[in-house]
Amino acid sequence: MAVELLTKEQTLIAVLTGEIDHHSARSIRTEIDDTIETVQPTTLVLDFSGVTFMDSSGIGLIMGRHRLMEIVGGEVIIQNPPLHIQRVMRLSGIERIAHIRTERSVDA
Amino acid sequence: MKTQNTVKLVFPAISENERTARAVVSAFLTQADPTVEELADIRTAVSEAVTNAIVHGYRGSSGDVELHIKLLENREIYLRIKDHGCGIPDVELAMQPLYTTAPEEERAGLGFAVMESFMDKLVVKSRPGYGTTVVMRKKLGSPTCREK
Ligand SMILES: Nc1ncnc2c1ncn2[C@@H]1O[C@H](COP(=O)(O)OP(=O)(O)OP(=O)(O)O)[C@@H](O)[C@H]1O
Ligand SMILES: [Mg+2]
Repeated sequence: MAVELLTKEQTLIAVLTGEIDHHSARSIRTEIDDTIETVQPTTLVLDFSGVTFMDSSGIGLIMGRHRLMEIVGGEVIIQNPPLHIQRVMRLSGIERIAHIRTERSVDA
Repeated sequence: MKTQNTVKLVFPAISENERTARAVVSAFLTQADPTVEELADIRTAVSEAVTNAIVHGYRGSSGDVELHIKLLENREIYLRIKDHGCGIPDVELAMQPLYTTAPEEERAGLGFAVMESFMDKLVVKSRPGYGTTVVMRKKLGSPTCREK
């Protein structure tokens, strides 16, 4: 699991790749939160296009980042989750707190 | 129903083994030629049960998690995940969607909901002080009539 962080003006893009589970969520969380603190973005984009596996630990990860962004009046956008990961997301109702954006060509 | 093949795996309750458990299940299921979706469903359900054993069952302690997987003759997958950890005082309550005893660790309370919706059957047996056993079953579609 790896996370690459890119900043574009007030937007922080976290490009996630590999498997998100309880084990890998810990380091992803630390990396994203440290960058949120220094960059202070108004939008956090979580790019899931390279994620090959995710269980409910990933939902916890999104919920936690939502809470953090909420404090500064910002928002979380979930970008391009693969089909199976969309099913886990739908089950959780996460779209009520984070907008899910699916588009097949994204300029990164 | 007769068992065609079976594997038992015992591993210490450390978070690295969440991935190990999924990898073993994937390798075992190859022989049954599941669809991409069936495989993803089973891997996710296993990950939830194993994570629960590690995160909740052996909270603040250590011990082994047992994973037992069977391929039955009717293309049914049987999975049993067992821990000898703290147990669950009220299983019915624990299985409610969004119920979690660890919200401060960013747990969503969705593990059982995922297992329930991705598998055909889910049975949870637990005894406080003795541990928890999760049994799940899922019947795979027939390999011939799946081409779309
Ligand atoms: N093996 C176990 N041993 C002890 N308690 C357990 C076990 N499995 C589940 N529980 C209890 O049941 C609750 C609900 O489990 P569930 O997997 O649905 O949610 P969670 O683990 O809290 O959150 P999530 O799975 O979304 O990260 C847990 O919070 C825990 O209290
Ligand atoms: Mg869980």
